[in-house]
Amino acid sequence: MNTSLILLLILIVGFAAYLAGRSRAIATSNGKLSVLHSLPGYHGTYAAICAIIPATIVLAVWAIAAPAYIDSAVRNALPQTVLSQGAATSELALGQVKSVANGLNLLDDAELAALNNGSANLRDVLAAKGVPLAGEGEAYMVKSAAQFNQMTATSRVLMAVVVLLISAAGAVFALRGISAPFRARNQVERVMLWTLMLASSIAILTTIGIVGSMLSEAIRFFNSVSPASFFFGTVWDPRFAAAGSEATQGQFGLLPLLAGTLYIAFVAMLFAVPIGLFAAIYMSEYARPGVRSIAKPLLEILAGIPTIVYGFFALVTVGPFLRDISAQLNGLVTGNYVSFIQAQSVLTAGIVMGIMLIPFVSSLSDDIITQVPRALRDGSLGLGATRSETIKKVVLPAALPGIVGALLLTASRAVGETMIVVLAAGVAARMQLNPFEAMTTVTVKIVNQLTGDLEFNSPQTLVAFALGITLFCITLCLNIYALYIVRKYREQYE
Amino acid sequence: MTEIVSSSSPAFVRPTAARRDIGIKRRYAAERRFRAYGMAAIVIGLFFLFVLLWTVISNGYTAFQQTTITLPIEFAEKVIDPKNERAANPSKLMTANYPLLVRDALVKALGIDPKNRAEVKKATEMVSASARMQLRDIVIANPSVIGTTVNVSLLAEGNIDSANKGQIDLAVEESKRKVSDQKIGWMKTLTDSGAMTKEFNTGIFTFGASSRPEAAGIGVAALGSLYMMLIVLALALPIGVAASIYLEEFAPKNRLTDLIEVNINNLAAVPSIVYGLLGLSIFINFAGMPRSAALVGGLVLTLMTLPTIIIATRAALKAVPPSIRSAALGLGASKMQTIFHHVLPLAMPGVLTGTIIGLAHALGETAPLLLIGMVAFVVDYPGSPMEPSTALPVQIYMWANEAERAFVERTSGAIIILLIFLVVMNLGAILLRRRFERRW
Repeated sequence: MNTSLILLLILIVGFAAYLAGRSRAIATSNGKLSVLHSLPGYHGTYAAICAIIPATIVLAVWAIAAPAYIDSAVRNALPQTVLSQGAATSELALGQVKSVANGLNLLDDAELAALNNGSANLRDVLAAKGVPLAGEGEAYMVKSAAQFNQMTATSRVLMAVVVLLISAAGAVFALRGISAPFRARNQVERVMLWTLMLASSIAILTTIGIVGSMLSEAIRFFNSVSPASFFFGTVWDPRFAAAGSEATQGQFGLLPLLAGTLYIAFVAMLFAVPIGLFAAIYMSEYARPGVRSIAKPLLEILAGIPTIVYGFFALVTVGPFLRDISAQLNGLVTGNYVSFIQAQSVLTAGIVMGIMLIPFVSSLSDDIITQVPRALRDGSLGLGATRSETIKKVVLPAALPGIVGALLLTASRAVGETMIVVLAAGVAARMQLNPFEAMTTVTVKIVNQLTGDLEFNSPQTLVAFALGITLFCITLCLNIYALYIVRKYREQYE
Repeated sequence: MTEIVSSSSPAFVRPTAARRDIGIKRRYAAERRFRAYGMAAIVIGLFFLFVLLWTVISNGYTAFQQTTITLPIEFAEKVIDPKNERAANPSKLMTANYPLLVRDALVKALGIDPKNRAEVKKATEMVSASARMQLRDIVIANPSVIGTTVNVSLLAEGNIDSANKGQIDLAVEESKRKVSDQKIGWMKTLTDSGAMTKEFNTGIFTFGASSRPEAAGIGVAALGSLYMMLIVLALALPIGVAASIYLEEFAPKNRLTDLIEVNINNLAAVPSIVYGLLGLSIFINFAGMPRSAALVGGLVLTLMTLPTIIIATRAALKAVPPSIRSAALGLGASKMQTIFHHVLPLAMPGVLTGTIIGLAHALGETAPLLLIGMVAFVVDYPGSPMEPSTALPVQIYMWANEAERAFVERTSGAIIILLIFLVVMNLGAILLRRRFERRW
């Protein structure tokens, strides 16, 4: 009996308990519902909760714990010769035993008997059933596999019986407790409150999961590569040690990637901030409501376009355009039609990312500028300042902290952006200052190191987690600081 | 200062305009410039939006047409099943020499000498290699077709398709062009005889991954995306709503809830690729879920969407006026009843709007999916969320890396489809808000 079937049975028991509880509550009231403390539905729900929740918890624990227990029992029962060869060998043997066990389930009695008296070859018999076996099977494996199968079957049956019994017991307990003064609603609401709390703790769990998982993988990485050579290394060259050659480890220097990330983010901000800020100022201070109601949503479309589309735009349009126009410019000036901007370059990635960021800058700043109290503007205009003077000398200084916060939030997006740089920035990790050349970023390298069939334990893949936690820390600092500024500023005028 | 002195003196002289010049002209010019900058910024922003959409649409609208070559295919028994074994061994039909059927029909239609090997080979290049599978499926579905002649629409090869749509510049020197003059002549023959036509491309909606652009489609990827969206909806909406109800209505104001608040705001701004790392390390390596599965993708996107939904739901709950709560409590409802019977239903339009926007965001997200192995060459429809699948934006990413002209067209076509989905979702959210949102 598999787990989902059991779960279904529990739910059926729960539903039955609900119906029974409700009708029992109605029966208890003798036709006068007002004598009940809680409505019949709550009594029913309480019965269903008693039937479902403890049983489900036991089911989950059993489903997780039983395989682990069986594994260790079977492993301990392996012959002494295998166990004495260390953990890796016994782990391998256990894997083989499991696939043998899988195969044994497909055999009929005659074949099993032939296996047991040694007249048939294990590997051939299993191969005939479509179960491939790595290496020659050994005699002890059949015994271990039989043990494994038997334990698994016992565990399954036991689990089904125990869980269903608990479910039934829960239902009976709840149904027996139904009486007119019983506070079923309070009980149900307490369970609901716990459920709500559990849901809100998922946010915390996600953060713990992010930090914990990346930290543990990063620590494994730092076991083979020293943190100093990662954080202060200037060469990124994660070579693979070819089979048989001297194991060259490769160099994992963070600095070239960080330089590329910050450079591209800087170019993007250089592009997005003036446009976004002026757009926000115009929309909040000058534009008629009609213009604003059209221009604002149109600009915000830019924020809704998936970043992969921007990446494609950079790859197909902006990159080739910059390359061709630089060739033309070069040709006009020097007569030599060679492009000096590469199709994949800091400039391409920066411009396209800048386009993506325009709506972030503009709508965040727009919100902040409109929060500046009317009185400040009126005072300035009343003293004879023009509108632009009011904006430059009164509104912007008042809004400045908020705008800085908004820009920091935007910068954190630029640093963490992936798809645009994957397609537009190139993969060459180098430290240089020419914006017309390709550079690469932290996010590009995370993608590069983790796509493809790699063994998970090598530093080549684990470095992605070290890069990830670096990225997480940078954006976290930017976000926390930005949110702090924005919040503090908002309080000033409220 | 002189003005002040003179105006306060009894002999008041009205100051001339020249003396009162406080740079009004200069200041007004600055005002106009400032205003122009603002307008220019908006125009530049809209210009980029226009260029972006124009690039995608102009590159992509042709992807919805596909050149086909309709040939009378003779399903000759001596080619498909020369030894007449199909009754005994149906798998023979799987491996029969179908390309030969195409070749024969094409040679006949073009009037080429069948003995001229080189020319015959060139001519068969014009038909997509997927024709083999197409004919095989016809024969296997209906073996009685063997021995008859049927008109079959075959896909034209990618470059021929591009040339037929006028995307290959024929003025370029022949050696630098993907399509030779000879093939162009043949194309003309086929077009004149009515065999080569452009038809609405249903393949782009139904096919899976393929290394041949003409046989590549987004069907499989779209199904993967659908699975993920369903998982996100089924998990993120209830969890998000439950979490926001707790935080907004029940949570005591203390350190812990403050921490959760800051936390949620931060999670909303964490780079999406970090969620991919989380998924890889926890769901795949720790929990042992399969790589490339829509289930893992759905879980990762759920975690990513949760903060958006929580923030939107809390705003919606906050917007329900306290009088509703007081009225319900005053009539004897418990706090739980007040919230679930009165506050939540009134906040629902806002919640759903936030959910749809979160879903739209999740639908376009690519980076985390790359890390959990969804960059996969998936040809067949995944039967369940546990099977290997890919997603719409990931398919776009994979096609964007292909060099051929025909793939640029396919990529743009897929982007158009993705954008249409997003527009529909966002419009739905806006309509929902307009129709149901109440202002108190």
